[in-house]
Amino acid sequence: MSGERIIIEGGRIVDPASGFDGPGMVCVADGVVASVGGLPDGFEADRRIDAAGQIVCPGFIDLCARLREPGQEHKGSIASESAAAAAGGVTTLCCPPDTVPVIDTPAVVKLVTERAEQAAKVRVLPIGALTRGLTGTDLSEMYALKRAGCLALGNADRPLAHPLVLRRALEYAASFDLVVVFRPEDPWLRSQGCVHEGAVSSRLGLPGIPETAETVAVAQALPLIEQTGVRAHFGQLSSGRAVEMVAEARARGVHVSADVAVHHLHLTESSVDGFDALCHSRPPFRTTADRDALRAAVADGRISAVCSDHQPHETDAKLDVFPATEPGLSSLQTLLPLMCALVAEGRLSLSDAIARVTAGPAAILGLDSGRLAPGAPADICVFDPAAAWVPAHGGWLSAGRNTPFWEWPLTGRVTATLAGGRLVYAL
Amino acid sequence: MSATAAADIQLDASGRLRHFLTVEGLSRELLVRIMDTAESFAGVTAQNVKKVPLLRGKTVVNLFFENSTRTRTTFELAAKRLSADVLNINIATSATSKGESLLDTVRNLEAMHVDMFVVRHAQSGAAHFIARHVAPHISVLNAGDGRHAHPTQAMLDVFTIRRCKGEFAGLKVAIVGDILHSRVARSEIWALNTLGVDEVRVVAPKTLLPAHVEALGVVPYHDLSEGLRDVDVVIMLRLQLERMGSAFIPSEHEYFQRFGLTERRLEKARPDAIVMHPGPINRGIEIDSAIADGPRSVILPQVTNGIAVRMAVMSMAMHAGPDREVAA
Repeated sequence: MSGERIIIEGGRIVDPASGFDGPGMVCVADGVVASVGGLPDGFEADRRIDAAGQIVCPGFIDLCARLREPGQEHKGSIASESAAAAAGGVTTLCCPPDTVPVIDTPAVVKLVTERAEQAAKVRVLPIGALTRGLTGTDLSEMYALKRAGCLALGNADRPLAHPLVLRRALEYAASFDLVVVFRPEDPWLRSQGCVHEGAVSSRLGLPGIPETAETVAVAQALPLIEQTGVRAHFGQLSSGRAVEMVAEARARGVHVSADVAVHHLHLTESSVDGFDALCHSRPPFRTTADRDALRAAVADGRISAVCSDHQPHETDAKLDVFPATEPGLSSLQTLLPLMCALVAEGRLSLSDAIARVTAGPAAILGLDSGRLAPGAPADICVFDPAAAWVPAHGGWLSAGRNTPFWEWPLTGRVTATLAGGRLVYAL
Repeated sequence: MSATAAADIQLDASGRLRHFLTVEGLSRELLVRIMDTAESFAGVTAQNVKKVPLLRGKTVVNLFFENSTRTRTTFELAAKRLSADVLNINIATSATSKGESLLDTVRNLEAMHVDMFVVRHAQSGAAHFIARHVAPHISVLNAGDGRHAHPTQAMLDVFTIRRCKGEFAGLKVAIVGDILHSRVARSEIWALNTLGVDEVRVVAPKTLLPAHVEALGVVPYHDLSEGLRDVDVVIMLRLQLERMGSAFIPSEHEYFQRFGLTERRLEKARPDAIVMHPGPINRGIEIDSAIADGPRSVILPQVTNGIAVRMAVMSMAMHAGPDREVAA
């Protein structure tokens, strides 16, 4: 089907990269976009997709989604999660290196990418380990990882041993123009915490993770990023103050960007009330003021990307006393409806919402996708912004059902996804 | 959990106590009814035959994942005085130490047709978790979960205060010590505020106070003499060194110098102030022996009252006691 000629017609095309927003058709041939808006002379389609009343936009680029393979196939697999990605409109996703074994050699990079190709759904970009085994002490063979296909390196949510390792890692990564992805969290300040340290943690007696666990880590990294000149990205920020710090550095010319997990734009520390393990997240959901600050930063572009931070789990992972449960939400298929909710609430425009999951992340990684333009990869999402659905009622493809939105009425659903010109999902 | 959420799971459709997991969310009327019921049981413990047949044929499981002597013993005594059969599960040698999940342990016991779990666990939310997963006829009583709640301890404390002071209105209460790690303090704060005391103070160095502690409805103090000024009740807490990592306090010696209760410091409180401690006490670390053994100490009456209060809660949760009315 890779050579299929497809016309997507009748929809509203929204391409933030070009600013195109209007009715028209998108034509696809040979895996790339052939035209946007009109029909090229003599173009004949093998397949027509009716997008009447729907939005046609670039496929989403997810900067953080765990597929659980290799090593944790009881939670999910590349096949199951890439299918969920396609159903969520995601056509490119980055998987963090904390697999088992860790993505710290070209062999593991190859394993992940080959399994993704076998699944034949979406493009998977492994993020290589910054340090060998993610132990935080020895640098990984970064150049080898780059040659194997890694565009970015990171240490997942594992700490580095000390600032000198960080400095050397950044310097070495900068030598090869690799993006370094941080999940900023000071391990000492996090300690045994499992929720945001605040009024709710105090009431429930749950060990807290202070905001300073994030801001101290950001504060430690920023001068070293500036010193080394590395292209750095802070993933899954959770506090308004951290956003300010990154924005200030960016305004000074530091090569730094940031994303936020989509559920952090909706949930707060109060979400864990009743010891709801489905809301056990790391970083934790913070205050309403933090959530509002994250929303504002997404709206004004200080946060240029929104990711799913997808973390599928088996049922038992959440079936324990709250501190003993595993953090993380299965969220590939809630990425779109949660972004649609922000648009419906008037918190950001539809174009900006789409930009944060397409052009924004593409720019961070320097990808050619995330746009609808002739010659660009035909990674396309068609979604109905008014379609109401409930995950529990069907259509959930991730192996992990660990989402607090399981019974929620959601609005906004993907109806078709093309990846590289192939129809990889149709409702 | 929100007050509503807490109350929802603890009360049945008729508004009667089903589980007792936390004081949070329970009405003043229900707390008073628990104390009134405990008052009616207080006489039982003084009789020659210390038994009433309210829970005859019922099986109570003491499910203690954490060491406890006082609490487990008083729960066991309370159950036996209500004529229940009591099963003590030694978690150290139980299946959970062999890798069985908490939920599987509970379900296996449930399959033995037990009627009540009394749960103590090192993690906050454990009792709540079990209550959410047990069969509808089973009651869960929280005997202390992590730092979260120890509701029967709070109830026996307010019961003791009521016996000593009569009314709650107008009282000033100071809770002194390791508030951060204390489930007792959290439950006491809810109970005291619900019952309408004038003021609840917490006295500790900042390292031993939870974040946003004022949101719990207390006034924080970092100076013991100031914190004790004109209070009617002093509740001393144990320094929970086993729950601490490091760098909370420089030394036990300095802690006692700044926050230990001595005769001299107690002079700041009202002359008729009572001194309480949930135990076990650390003499010379948080409280001077002269105070602990002195005339203003009600530490041992607290232990005695614990049995009556636990009898009250057990009988109410099983709808077997004098409490047959609908909670407000």
